[in-house]
Amino acid sequence: MKNTMMFLILLFTFLVTSFSPDSQRPGYKPGDVAGDFSLKNINGKMVSLNDFKDSKGVIVIFTCNHCPYSVAYEDRIIALHKNYAGKGFPVVAINPNDPISYPDDSYENMKIRAKEKGFKFPYLIDETQEIAKAYGAMKTPHVFILKREGSGFVVAYIGAIDDNSNEPELVQEKYAEQALNEILSGKPVSQPLTKAIGCGVKWRK
Amino acid sequence: MLKKEWILLVMMVLLTCACIAQKANVPVEVVKMDWYQKLRKSSSDTTYILNFWATWCVPCVAELPYFEQIHQNYADRKVKVILVSLDYVKQKEKLLEPFIQKKKIHSKVVLLNEPNYNAWIDQIDPSWSGTLPATQIFNPKYSRLFFIEGETTFAILDSLTLNSIRP
Repeated sequence: MKNTMMFLILLFTFLVTSFSPDSQRPGYKPGDVAGDFSLKNINGKMVSLNDFKDSKGVIVIFTCNHCPYSVAYEDRIIALHKNYAGKGFPVVAINPNDPISYPDDSYENMKIRAKEKGFKFPYLIDETQEIAKAYGAMKTPHVFILKREGSGFVVAYIGAIDDNSNEPELVQEKYAEQALNEILSGKPVSQPLTKAIGCGVKWRK
Repeated sequence: MLKKEWILLVMMVLLTCACIAQKANVPVEVVKMDWYQKLRKSSSDTTYILNFWATWCVPCVAELPYFEQIHQNYADRKVKVILVSLDYVKQKEKLLEPFIQKKKIHSKVVLLNEPNYNAWIDQIDPSWSGTLPATQIFNPKYSRLFFIEGETTFAILDSLTLNSIRP
């Protein structure tokens, strides 16, 4: 009897804390209006979506320094910016991790990593983690392609950069590029949601 | 020393080596999604506890002792703990196998080599966003199926296991 009660209590806790289908998970879905943010860049200046008045959109990528998947994708993130900033879709990278859990992901280390890799795009720190929560960024890297609609932006694509993190030469589907090309040619995004294994965002305790 | 004693000694050494090798749980088997599908579609009355993890994932490594404890506590029941590593297959010998030996992991370890994550994450559980760690507990015969994304506790694992081993 005692065991049954204990199980029910635990099961309830488990269901409440763990059972969160995508539809119920907080954060954006494709089609949602993207909220603005104002986050500190590695050069000390604040960056917000409002700064991209002339852009057709923004490629928001939650990423970090320590995660092997983020590291594996660094060159492809740089290439996305190189290939699409000129077409109106610059990259904005945001590090959502708690630097206390991961000192590698501290603001100082972001500056070092950005310099090493020669990031030509903003690399922002989401110190309060409120933007990651608002967007529903669960892991790194996690891509949100925003497209202009009127004076604001709507979310057009959420997910992975492509279908092979470790071996770029074996990539078959470039999800993010495909979505960008579709947006640029005025088509609806055929695959607005993809999934990938990633490092969970390190939430503050 | 007599010839007989020599043979005995050599045999003992070999046996010890064999035992150590078995305990170390290597080499790790590399599997594809059909391995998983087979487990899920079986009609077995075994409770499977699958933990999706990777050696570089700090919270994953932190909770491995819970899975080892479950493996030990339910050794005489139809419970199978399988640690499903998502380390890159290239790093199996350099990273994963030395890790398993160093940590003296006794649970079964497999490496799921399916780089196109988007193709199979939903097949494990549609609610899974893809973060590690993640844990799935199921018993095909008793129709039990639980999924946990993120870190878990020993109490949750133990209680879900207990619930799954009975009709």
